[in-house]
Amino acid sequence: MILLQQIINGVMLGSTYALVAIGYSLIFGVLRLLHFAHGEVFMVGAFIALCSVWYLHVGPVLAVVSAAVGCAALGVIIEFVAFRPVRRRSGGMLAPIVSSLGVGLLLQEVATNIFGADQTRFPPQFEATLYHFGSLFVTSTQLFILGTSFGLMLLVHLFITRTKYGLAMRAVAENVDVAGLLGINSNAVVVLTFAVASALGGIAGVLVGFAFSAISPFMGISMTIKGLVVMLIGGLGNVYGAMIGGLVLGIAEVLTVGYLASSYRDAFSFALLILVLLVRPQGLFSGGLRAGH
Amino acid sequence: MLSSYQESIAIFLGVNVLMAFSVYVPTSAGLISLGQAGFMAIGAYTSAYLTSRFTSFDVPFGLALFLGGAAAGIVGVLVAAPAVRIKGIYLIIATLGFGEIVRVLFVNFEPLGGASGLAGIKPLTTLSWVVATCILFFAFLWRLRSTPLGRAFVAIHEDETAAEAMGINLFRTKLMAFGGGAFIAGIAGGLYAHFALFIDPSQFGFSKSAEAFLFVILGGSVNPLGPVAGAIVVTLLPEFLRFLQDWRMSFFAVLLIACAVWRPGGLISYRRAAHP
Repeated sequence: MILLQQIINGVMLGSTYALVAIGYSLIFGVLRLLHFAHGEVFMVGAFIALCSVWYLHVGPVLAVVSAAVGCAALGVIIEFVAFRPVRRRSGGMLAPIVSSLGVGLLLQEVATNIFGADQTRFPPQFEATLYHFGSLFVTSTQLFILGTSFGLMLLVHLFITRTKYGLAMRAVAENVDVAGLLGINSNAVVVLTFAVASALGGIAGVLVGFAFSAISPFMGISMTIKGLVVMLIGGLGNVYGAMIGGLVLGIAEVLTVGYLASSYRDAFSFALLILVLLVRPQGLFSGGLRAGH
Repeated sequence: MLSSYQESIAIFLGVNVLMAFSVYVPTSAGLISLGQAGFMAIGAYTSAYLTSRFTSFDVPFGLALFLGGAAAGIVGVLVAAPAVRIKGIYLIIATLGFGEIVRVLFVNFEPLGGASGLAGIKPLTTLSWVVATCILFFAFLWRLRSTPLGRAFVAIHEDETAAEAMGINLFRTKLMAFGGGAFIAGIAGGLYAHFALFIDPSQFGFSKSAEAFLFVILGGSVNPLGPVAGAIVVTLLPEFLRFLQDWRMSFFAVLLIACAVWRPGGLISYRRAAHP
């Protein structure tokens, strides 16, 4: 039973990893580039939610919405400032890493100057109610996090498979030139991708804020690294791989903390990464931004 | 004479130049690493242990530095053996993961201080040590470009298949490039440890690796002047920007974005080298 309880906690942690990694996968799927400021978008999401809770006294749902909208806008700005000019001058694979690292530094310093370098307390958003399922218990915060993240994953699935925009996204991921010939505005698709990916990242930031009741300007760095690891475990650019990879990593981390030692938590995730690279370098689920069959 | 402030900046600059070289060597063979801080940590801990923890006899500083570099180089070759099969983005993320694994292992390794770090390292690093090491490696890397090995690096960087068709042993050459880079990072770590006098795993995290990567990407990787230029700009710029106080990293960040847009191949680059 303790094991099952641990797994529930792991799924909760993993679902936030999954949201971040889905963003990475969407951007990588469409652009074939790494976005090293995505963790900072996640961090900004948490602070946007904190501000709307502080100043507008909104509830948890509106806090999530405000972070999603704010981060979508931020993501679009990042695309216009750090990715599009580099792409237009054919900067290759490395120049966008430099520019996005730059954006990450900038966001970190802005957040540090506004909120201070220490942790900021995130006020609790839920009555501390415990729901019992047999001998298992889940708090209301955990239920909200699980509901939100799995709801979003379903939405992402429907968006990619059922809408015109999702179809356009998959077409550009498959082949930019052919997509262009078929009348798809690939630049618009890229902007849309950044908006969706960043909104998901921002929401993950709020959920982590809810879960741990504390946020800091430096919480993004480890998320950048973990998001990349999860994306690679799931298969580069594969949205469903990112979802499953995130959950796997979350569960693995919680079990490591529970049964080994908390200081080995991160080592385990990277060992998993190296193992996947050695045994199955294309990731557990290979194949790009393809959905279904 | 230099003031002690200037001297410490100069020593940090020298260590950074070496870290830039350590990224430059694998990069010149087309292997991008975002985990060099891991090798730096191995060199730092090994040499610090040798000079400051053995009570029975003192290992001379030069030998300790070399052994630190050798330890990092051996680990580099061991890591590279499986890693050279993977390319591009995969290699970047794998090296990033490697760097984090090394950091976490040192956090959990109590004999070397664990998370609380290793203190009481002897102050053996002087400016002359640093300058001599930098000059030695610069000369070596400059000459390397016109040796068969250096040309093999460039050939692999330009086109792996063509290089292999020309009779270059891809596996062995890539191993040399990666191990060589790791060796230099280990030396840099040793020099750093005996100047900082206190090391803990958090000093060798992702930001250190990213910094070393930036030296080379900003400076350019067509010859050893690029990494030197990158290291100088990145190390000294924040010193000159002190008047900006809390916003100096923002200025630096904006500069990074500008460089990525206008000089994607680095400050010192060929025109055609901009997009490999």
